[in-house]
Amino acid sequence: MNAIDKTKPTEETRSRYSAGVMEYRKMGYWQPDYEPKDTDIIAVFRITPQDGVDEIEASAAVAGESSTATWTVVWTDRLTACDKYRAKCYRVDPVPNAPGSWFAYIAYDLDLFEPGSIANLSASIIGNVFGFKPLKALRLEDMRLPVAYVKTFDGPATGIVVERERLDKFGRPLLGATVKPKLGLSGRNYGRVVYEALKGGLDFTKDDENINSQPFMHWRDRFLYCMEAVNKAQAGTGEIKGTYLNVTGATMEDMYERAEFAKQLGSSIIMIDLIIGYTAIQSMAKWARRNDMILHLHRAGHSTYTRQKNHGVSFRVITKWMRLAGVDHIHAGTVVGKLEGDPHTTKGYYDLCREDFVPQNLAHGIFFDQDWASTRKLMPVASGGIHAGQMHQLIDLLGEDVVLQFGGGTIGHPMGIQAGAQANRVALEAMILARNEGRDIVHEGPEILKEAARHCMPLKQALEVWKDVTFNYTSTDTPDFVPQATAAE
Amino acid sequence: MRLTQGAFSFLPDLTDEQITRQVQYCIDKGWAVNIEFTDDPHPRNTYWELWGHPMFDVPDAAGVMFELNECRKAYKGRHYIRLSAFDATHTWESLRLSFLTDRPTDEPGFVLERQEVEGRSIRYTTRAYAANRPEGARY
Repeated sequence: MNAIDKTKPTEETRSRYSAGVMEYRKMGYWQPDYEPKDTDIIAVFRITPQDGVDEIEASAAVAGESSTATWTVVWTDRLTACDKYRAKCYRVDPVPNAPGSWFAYIAYDLDLFEPGSIANLSASIIGNVFGFKPLKALRLEDMRLPVAYVKTFDGPATGIVVERERLDKFGRPLLGATVKPKLGLSGRNYGRVVYEALKGGLDFTKDDENINSQPFMHWRDRFLYCMEAVNKAQAGTGEIKGTYLNVTGATMEDMYERAEFAKQLGSSIIMIDLIIGYTAIQSMAKWARRNDMILHLHRAGHSTYTRQKNHGVSFRVITKWMRLAGVDHIHAGTVVGKLEGDPHTTKGYYDLCREDFVPQNLAHGIFFDQDWASTRKLMPVASGGIHAGQMHQLIDLLGEDVVLQFGGGTIGHPMGIQAGAQANRVALEAMILARNEGRDIVHEGPEILKEAARHCMPLKQALEVWKDVTFNYTSTDTPDFVPQATAAE
Repeated sequence: MRLTQGAFSFLPDLTDEQITRQVQYCIDKGWAVNIEFTDDPHPRNTYWELWGHPMFDVPDAAGVMFELNECRKAYKGRHYIRLSAFDATHTWESLRLSFLTDRPTDEPGFVLERQEVEGRSIRYTTRAYAANRPEGARY
């Protein structure tokens, strides 16, 4: 399948390489008859050409600029097996209900990529091409990662199953909260919030994305007080607890130093931010694997390039890259909370995190079958503007292998943080119990919560305080194969 | 204190009827239900004593409830008893659900011991008060 045609150059071949500028489609980057090989990486781009630029030429240009081409013909191509290295656009479809934009399917030979390197993959696929002038906009929608390539990555350091085994928690979503206010607390005050939330019933607390080492709280102080809180809560409940210590720093040396300290203090989990970059993420994932550490990834910054449909990189691609890169947790949307999240699109992300085989599902934005070949599962995290009163919706939409993070919904409870945590935990356990008993939680959810609140005053109060809080806005990033943009219900 | 291990510890203790429904849910999913007991509730005590093998081939919850009651006859009031469900599906091959069904009448809880070491670091040890006595005589 990798054989190269070694027949003598024809007149056609000679003219292909004569000096000058040539349309990309004529340089071999448009091959409508090409059948992708099992080992090819396939990317589907949403292409919006400039007025007057033909969509096939635009698509071929994307294939060219993301693989071997430059703007003019170069004779040095002929020193290489260039037919193999050329990316091949083999299919261009109009985007449903979006005149002027097209889905371009492009196949890349496996040899174009360094094994096990997200930096290399992304430098190729989203390197130069996004600024290419003949395009108004360009978006990387999805990628098919062949098993041969998937197997060059370690995948999650821990994965859902082993994380559950280490925490001894099965059959229900994990509960977390981000410490608030996110900025300004001293280490001592910060640890107080951690202790109250964990003692009250949460499994995890979390540093926010921009909690690093500021004048009001240096990182060592935070780590020391947080671990006091974790251990005290653990002894007070007899249950494993954790707090995501954010080790994000200015340099790899800083991050390794912070991670080592977290390990020395006995933390079971650390966290990093997406903005540290793919290489740093992979380095930290390898460190986490060597040190039995769960690695939480906060997707700080992603909406700058994932949210708008016409330009950027879809979050489903970032999800795939992060499962390869080897993080254990990733924020993947709440649907009902305060942040962007169309239900169908979000379902697609969750499947990519948790399933071993994800079949094509255009209504969920999944363009290709994706075989993960036993790569460990990535725990999705739902965080941002959710509260106990939505428990039935959250479990229905997101399932049980997820971390539900109620920050404001814990710390903002009128009776205090422990009460807030208890309300969330009782709501969660009551809903799982009811679901397992075969009750229809979507419809009976409010009734189930009310029943549970009968023996739990904090839950009763939580339901009262937040009963009208919803964030029903139309999503911007929706699959085009669903006719209407969807609001959270 | 109240030990909060397991999926339903924040709810009032489950009735046998409620336990039966959870067991049936596990059996319907094709999972093998397992009964375990211990008098060492340390959160890192992974291996509780097995009450027989995980029940791979019981057709309904009644069989499991019979065994649970046998286990209770031997240990109720003096031990924690939990049910867990194993899923043998490829890429999972672990527990899918775990919850306490019985706990000792009195739960004295844990002491947190702190050993001050270099810098401001502290080594923590969690110890169950009950574990100071020999196994079998703790509760």
